[in-house]
Order: sequence, then structure tokens, then C-alpha cells
Amino acid sequence: MSVDITSRVLPGIGVCQELALHDGRRLGIVTRRSGLRDLVLYDEDGDGAAVDIALNDDEANAVAEILGAPQLTFRLAVLQRQAEGLIVEQLPVPADSPFAARPLGDTQARTRTGASIVAVLRQGAALPSPTPDFVLQPGDLVVTVGTQAAVDQVAHILDGSAGSDGTSG
Amino acid sequence: MAAAGGGETHVAVLLVELGALLFGLGVLGRIARRFNIPVIPLYLLAGLCFGQGGVLSLSASHDFVQVAADIGVILLLVMLGLEYSADELRSSLRAQAPIGVLDGLLNALPGAALALIAGWGATAAVALAGITWVSSSGVIAKMLGDSGRLGNRETPAILGVLVIEDLAMALYLPLLTALLAGGGAGKVVVAVAIAVGVVSVVLVIATRYGRHVTKLVSARDNNESLLLGVLGLTLLVAGLADQLKVSAAVGAFLVGIAVSGAVAETAIEVLAPLRDVFAAVFFVFFGLSTNPGDLLPVLPLALALAVVTSGTKMTTGYVAARRAGVKRRGRWRAAVTLIPRGEFSVVVAALAVGAGAQAKLGPTAACYVLLTILIGALVHRWPDRLRAEQSRP
Repeated sequence: MSVDITSRVLPGIGVCQELALHDGRRLGIVTRRSGLRDLVLYDEDGDGAAVDIALNDDEANAVAEILGAPQLTFRLAVLQRQAEGLIVEQLPVPADSPFAARPLGDTQARTRTGASIVAVLRQGAALPSPTPDFVLQPGDLVVTVGTQAAVDQVAHILDGSAGSDGTSG
Repeated sequence: MAAAGGGETHVAVLLVELGALLFGLGVLGRIARRFNIPVIPLYLLAGLCFGQGGVLSLSASHDFVQVAADIGVILLLVMLGLEYSADELRSSLRAQAPIGVLDGLLNALPGAALALIAGWGATAAVALAGITWVSSSGVIAKMLGDSGRLGNRETPAILGVLVIEDLAMALYLPLLTALLAGGGAGKVVVAVAIAVGVVSVVLVIATRYGRHVTKLVSARDNNESLLLGVLGLTLLVAGLADQLKVSAAVGAFLVGIAVSGAVAETAIEVLAPLRDVFAAVFFVFFGLSTNPGDLLPVLPLALALAVVTSGTKMTTGYVAARRAGVKRRGRWRAAVTLIPRGEFSVVVAALAVGAGAQAKLGPTAACYVLLTILIGALVHRWPDRLRAEQSRP
């Protein structure tokens, strides 16, 4: 599972990390102090860049989130296996949800059901540990951990079919 | 300063001259970015075009621009120091010392030899040695970034050479300053001994007690205080170093090294725009104080020097990359990348000419820097073609 990573200091510029891929190719990631990142695929020599893709801060973060999202789901799956009785589900926020465009805190999901919202998936990107002031949008997937009953309740809250007292479902 | 020079018209002329100068530099910067070329040669060329007897003559702002140019050198050096951490310097020194020695011998000696052959005397020989020795960190870092070679295996070797050169300057500049100041061999030896002592002490302080120096200027969440603190400390130490004949530039470099961590990162951010302004003024001022008419007579000499020292610099790069275990193409990439000379050569020439050494050093250095940057740019892509030929079955 572990990947062989070598690191090279680039004085005055930043650092370059090189990963040995399973197919024998090598992938380099240059992190410049300016925040700019370079993704490098090495040539047949293994010394020079055959491809160099420069990413700015936002682009690098987007790539990291996309690559990190399955990682998060995988970890949650492991968590689920470890904790008997707990389930993880990605619950949609429908367009007609009473909580679309409202802060997460307004759902009072945790207080009302005991389930925890650990992340929100938005357009393929994982936004982990959302705070109560995180504003939900239609189309978001809310990653919820809890008992089957609690998670079902959260689903009802999100799609607006839960009673106003929060005890139904 | 302006008020001392005269009345309101003087101030008005000064503002107009300064404004025209900076605006012109801004246009040049845009041109450079448009065509993706380093801006230093453009600043030099602009200075040369409008030099003595040219279209633009700085009458009112001459003194101000001269001081601004001096501050430009100090800011160039403090930024260089800030960009390297003391640990990076130490590890580079340990790993690359033999390459540093080879680099010094191969590239400084041709300059010194040529000055001696031309009959310019020993001091000018030492100055020209410095001019041909040091590659341009600024130009090379930009070329590496733009051509997507930062991730390459040979890049740490290239940067290692640059680091060693910059460190060597911390010893070379005081030597040159002492030589230029005159006095017997004894005085020069004392000056160099002081310089070696000061540099070693500062390196030790920076690695062991860098936190305390950093605390001196650190200002939590207040970039304005940080800017003033770092700038003040830099000018203060630079002035003291100048007084001790250790060279103001070296003092500034050492301050940059001593400031470390998050403070250094913020300092780079806040100082960068200042450095850009003043360093640009420095390059232009150097061009302005060089008479374009003096360029042609020294052109053959500068060309010979550029060709010879491009060859010797390529040897340095090739050997450094081979030592790092890089294959043939990468060695050639390292070789051609190191060719451009830049800010240090101009700093050395300005220092020498300012102290009244051989006047031809100015135009020679200007020609030489422009030629090495041109040669470097022309051959930069050449190792890539080597790849295409090689990979054919």
C-alpha cells in the first residue's frame, strides 16, 4: 500500500516530492513557496520533466479535494466496519429542501437525531467537518454517520418530510 | 533631500523625472512578461539607451536615484538571504563545497586573467573575476520555473551552485571592498579576516539563535510594523557593515539569513514590491551611468569573455549534475541553465566603478551580462533537442 516518496529541497524555491508509481513511471510534485504547484511526469531518463502542469493555489486545492474524496469515503467505510451498528450514508439535499441555502446548524440534525454530519460532498469535492454556519446548497450530498434510525431521520429532515417537532421518521 | 536642492520647481522636476522613469520601467516589465523574457536585461538596455548624452537626462533626481539604486542593491541582497534558510545554506555548503570550488576557479580566473592581459591592474582583475564568476539567481530561477524544469533531478544541483556562489559573495564582496578602499596588503588581510569572522558568527547565530533575531522584527498580524522592522534592521546593519568596510550588501544578506520561519515568509511578501521598485532603479541607474559610446570599444572583449565563461560555466553545471547522479541530457540541461550572469555582476561592477576603479569595467559588465543572458536563452532549449535525437530507435 505504501508509496515510495523521495523529497528534494530546492533552496530559495520550495520542495519537490517524487512518487514511484506502480507502473514504473515517476510523478513529481513541486511545491513552490509562492503557493504555485507543478505536477511533473518524468521522461524516460527519469531526470527531466516530460510533462509539467503548473497549478495555482485554488487549482491545487481542487485537485487535492477530488483525489481526497474517495479516500474519505474509504476511511468512513472502515469506520463503519469497526463500529458495529453505525452506518454512513450520503444524503441528498433536494432542490425543495427546507434547508437549501440555509446554514447546516438550522437543521439541528445532531440534537434531534444523534447522528453526526462529517462531510459535505459538493460537485465531486469533499468538504470535511462542516461547521454549523456552513450553508447547504441543493444537490449537496451530506455524509452522515449514525444508527440506521438516526440517519433515516436526518434524511427526512433534509427532504422536508420530518415533522416540525423533529420526532417523526 | 529634494528640499535641500532648491525651490518648488526642483521638486516638480524631480517628481516628473522619477515618474517618467518608473512609468517607463512599468511598461518594460509588461513587455518582458508578454514575451516571457527576464526583465533585468531590459532595464539595463533602457538605462544604456537613455544614458549619458542620451534622450533622458536626470538632472534634478540624480542624487535621489543614486540613493535609490544603493537601496536597491541592499534589498536585492536581503531578499536573497530571506529566501534561503540557514539550514539550506549549511546543507548546500556541505554537499556542494567541491563544486563551489570548481565553479569559482573555472569562472573567476578567466575574468581575472583577461583584466590582467588588458593591463587593468590587480584590483580590476579581482572585480572582473567576480563579474564572470556568479550566475544570476534571479534570471535562472525564472527560466527554471517558466520552462517547467523545477521538478527535474538536476535542478537541486543547479540551485546548489547558486547558493554556494551567493555564500562565497559574502566573503568576496568584503575582499573587493577592502581592495577598492586601497591601503596595503595588511589592511586587505584584516578586512577579509573580519569578513570571514562576521559571516561565520552570523551563520552560527542564524542557525542557533535565529528565533531571537526573528523576534526583533516579528510583529504579529501587523505587516506594516514587520515591513518597517525588517527594512530598518537591514539598512542599519548594512550601514554598520559599510562602516566596517565589510560591504553594505553583505550586511543585508546576513540579516536576510538570520531572519527565519514564518516571519521570513511574510517579510518576503511585504518586501518584494519594494525590492522590485528599487532593484529596477538600480539596474537602470547602472545603465544610465554607462556611456553607450563606451560599449562598442569593449564589445570584442566582452564577447570573448562571454564565450569563454559560458563554456566554463557549462563545465560547472555538467560536473555538478553528473555528481548528483543525473544522466547525460540532464547534465547538459544543468550546463546551459547556469550560463546567464546578472544582478551580482552588475553589483560588483557598480561597486568597482563607484570606487573609481578601471572605468571600462562598467560598459564591459553591461555588455557581458547582456551577452550571457542572450547566449543562455539561445541554448536553453538545446538539450531538449538532444532528447529527440537520442530517443530515436
